[in-house]
Amino acid sequence: MKILVALKQVPARDSQIRISADGRWLDESDLSYEINEPDAYALEAALQLREQHGGEVVVLCAGPERATSSIREALAKGADRAIHIEEDDLGAFDTLSLARLLAAAAKTEAPDLILTGLQSDDLGGGQTGVVMAELAGAPHATIIMAVEVNGAELRVKRELENGLFQYVSMPLPAVLTIQSGINKLRYATLMGIKKAKTKEVRRSTAAELGVAPEPSVVLQRVSQPQRVKQTQMLAGTPAEQAAQLVEKLRFEVRAL
Amino acid sequence: MSCILVVTEQTGGVWHKMSFETLAAGQQMGLALGLPVNACVFGTELAGELGGYELNSVIALDSPLLAEYTADAATAALAELIGALAPAYVLFPHTYQVRDYAPKVATRCGRALISDAIGYRVVDGAPVFQRQVFQGKLIADVAPATAGPVFVSFQAGAFRAEALAAGVAGVEVRAVALDAAQIRQRPEAPFRESARAVDLSAAELIVAVGRGIKEEGNVALAQELAEAMGAELAASRPICDNGWLPMERQVGSSGQTVAPKVYVALGISGAIQHQVGMKGSKCVVAINKDPNAPIFEIADYGIVGDLFDVVPALTAALKAR
Ligand SMILES: Cc1cc2nc3c(=O)[nH]c(=O)nc-3n(C[C@H](O)[C@H](O)[C@H](O)COP(=O)(O)OP(=O)(O)OC[C@H]3O[C@@H](n4cnc5c(N)ncnc54)[C@H](O)[C@@H]3O)c2cc1C
Ligand SMILES: Nc1ncnc2c1ncn2[C@@H]1O[C@H](COP(=O)(O)O)[C@@H](O)[C@H]1O
Repeated sequence: MKILVALKQVPARDSQIRISADGRWLDESDLSYEINEPDAYALEAALQLREQHGGEVVVLCAGPERATSSIREALAKGADRAIHIEEDDLGAFDTLSLARLLAAAAKTEAPDLILTGLQSDDLGGGQTGVVMAELAGAPHATIIMAVEVNGAELRVKRELENGLFQYVSMPLPAVLTIQSGINKLRYATLMGIKKAKTKEVRRSTAAELGVAPEPSVVLQRVSQPQRVKQTQMLAGTPAEQAAQLVEKLRFEVRAL
Repeated sequence: MSCILVVTEQTGGVWHKMSFETLAAGQQMGLALGLPVNACVFGTELAGELGGYELNSVIALDSPLLAEYTADAATAALAELIGALAPAYVLFPHTYQVRDYAPKVATRCGRALISDAIGYRVVDGAPVFQRQVFQGKLIADVAPATAGPVFVSFQAGAFRAEALAAGVAGVEVRAVALDAAQIRQRPEAPFRESARAVDLSAAELIVAVGRGIKEEGNVALAQELAEAMGAELAASRPICDNGWLPMERQVGSSGQTVAPKVYVALGISGAIQHQVGMKGSKCVVAINKDPNAPIFEIADYGIVGDLFDVVPALTAALKAR
């Protein structure tokens, strides 16, 4: 079976985030980047399905040149090949036009299964996979915690609210959005890293795929959130901070 | 005439309470923009209750194929209603179910969904929506760039259900013609994983540990603090995903909801999915090395510092009591 994994490169989790001079996005000058966390789980789910059922895992990533490092990492972990839609300014796309871009590239592959992360750590739209499914005319399910493939059928475990889960079945081809924690991530081996260098990364662009941004929603600016609550900040050395906190918890909160 | 459509959510005759927050958002936007507000719900069972609010009308979408939620049926039913009603705005509560189908409805209507918005501002007569990006570290202003319908889902807690104005609205049952062959998802009954051995909802004191703890071996530091405080140990999702603590200790939208007297968050950034599980705590203490971490927005006491210095000091101070 052929599995496509949509993988996004996002600023590393511990990055010091600074707003760019024009106020529209981040100052990217000294950011480091990594694979969006749920996408790493989606990749692992794809690799495990290939181990069970055979076939091929293809990584699909839209992003600037720097995204190559994340694509190589996915190849080193075991993906067979990749498609890199190289675009410097993804900010011009809204979720719908970005999904159109990804769906256009996916169409050329006709995969049996498309896996995405449930949400990106930077934009946090939580919708690209669902939009791709609608564009591809494929059924989908979201927030997935287990995947079983039985022939042309899929049975998946969805996470619901309040600690509930639900199994849902549907025919292939289908799109799933994968939740973090669905499996245990593997590390790339030295052998894997070496092999990745020889694997195919097909480059494409929005123009080649015939997709223009045409956004129906525009991100105008980003800003720091306003604090709603008065936080008492405790200063000093760690020992002083600890002593103050114990005081507060005993005499102001009366909890100890 | 153009209008606002608020899509509410119920499961098996039980309301999702975020429905009322979104209805309140709809009423507010209706006033601000001078638009009538219609509400809709899948199924006829609860529609009458919405008739008690100040709304232009209530629409119950009726089909046996809507009794059990599937993304395909929900999308088909709603897309048809939107086609008929031509609303300028379609508002949803940002629930897990809405995550599952609202992007599909918006796509079918040729629009992008503004998901998980926390509010709006009216600028030159049109709303600009605010949503969190970078897991709440920044706020983005997003504006519709085309004619309606504009699709928006609102985050839990973004609007107050208590603000909802009572009134009288007519209820219309609208039969939806759905074809069973269009519905590809076959859902099974929801279930709970094996019974929880730990009930954090009853805990008076909680020490919760997040990814700032770095490694499994360091979780013991949090454990020692919890013991010195007489607190239960809890965690954010990544800690449980990594198997460093069992799932039953996870706090948040996919874990437990807690409301202790004191909740100490160690190395937890304070993403909304974590906050919804703990913001009912009477006192929140945040220990984080990043002064801009969103957890400080809801903290009563904050310590900006390295938890590897602060936590041992705190454990020692508690023991010395
Ligand atoms: C549908 C859905 C459901 C979810 N359900 C849940 C849920 O139930 N519960 C949940 O928790 N999350 C849930 N999440 C995930 C959530 O969005 C966040 O990703 C998660 O809460 C982040 O966990 P964290 O704060 O521990 O890690 P991070 O966001 O990585 O934060 C780590 C923090 O530690 C700080 N730090 C690092 N080193 C130190 C140090 N040495 N000293 C002090 N501070 C330090 C950093 O400044 C940072 O603020 C869900 C997400 C989705 C999309
Ligand atoms: N630029 C991109 N390239 C590849 N995949 C993406 C891209 N943007 C989003 N995705 C996928 O869509 C998922 C959800 O993203 P979002 O809708 O932005 O929260 C991510 O987890 C990725 O799997």
